[in-house]
Amino acid sequence: MLVYTAKVYPPYLVTYPDRVDDHDADDRNAVFKALADPTRRELLDRLFERDSMSLSELEVGLEMTRFGVMKHLRVLEAANLIVTRRDGREKLHFLNPIPIRLIHDRWIDKYTETRVTALIDLKNTLEAGA
Amino acid sequence: MSTGNNTGATQIFRIYIKATPEAIWDAITKPEWTEKYGYGTRDEYDLRPGGKYLSLSNQGMREMGAPDIAVEGEVLEVDAPHRLVQTWRLAMDQEAMAEGFTRLTYEIAPTKDSVTRLTVTHELQNAPKLAALVSGGLEEHGGGGGWSWVLSDLKSLLETGSSLAGGRH
Repeated sequence: MLVYTAKVYPPYLVTYPDRVDDHDADDRNAVFKALADPTRRELLDRLFERDSMSLSELEVGLEMTRFGVMKHLRVLEAANLIVTRRDGREKLHFLNPIPIRLIHDRWIDKYTETRVTALIDLKNTLEAGA
Repeated sequence: MSTGNNTGATQIFRIYIKATPEAIWDAITKPEWTEKYGYGTRDEYDLRPGGKYLSLSNQGMREMGAPDIAVEGEVLEVDAPHRLVQTWRLAMDQEAMAEGFTRLTYEIAPTKDSVTRLTVTHELQNAPKLAALVSGGLEEHGGGGGWSWVLSDLKSLLETGSSLAGGRH
């Protein structure tokens, strides 16, 4: 006989994209739009390597105006992919990994993670041998 | 998900949850809630400046040899249900323990449409080992997904009543 004495949670049933009341849908769209641009991905990569950077540090080597970089940073902030903090006169930028985690946990996981893992393993194996 | 070479600095995590600030505050500070998401520890707070914070290992962690106290710290600031500042030291790992106390701030702010913004700031200066762990950088080595994973799970619990990690502890 099965006796559930401990906490029992339902199995993995979180399927946000199908829910009618999906208050995260706009957030998710903003993330995908933000990630669609190579400059914005470059900015995220820079923050991935080193957090808490100022605009002056972030714009080094980018072939665009300071205003252009600011515009991209605003899009990233609106998508919650970066969080900013004031430190004296400087505004510092931090990478926020949460939105990408949410997409991973609620959306990508849905598509048989084992298959994705198998492909990544295969890619790693092939590249290691090359 | 790791935060790159970003070890030993401040890490900020921000998440939007469809729940009241009070519900989020309870989920962070009450042991009957902390057992239900993330690492599933039983977290006990003495909610006043100078009060003690203890995070107790769950059964699965103890079976794997973890000590009773997983994390310990001291409460520095309490403004329920908006702001909680505390020190935080991972007591279940000798190397992380040797790095000493770090500073952790929870900020809870209501926004539009009964969605609440939770921001977790972890100041990890001089704590590279802990920084790698809480950033999720050790996930593939069994360290769990750090704050991103914990907060994603907290969101699931409060919004759907079930946690992603449910049953895994």
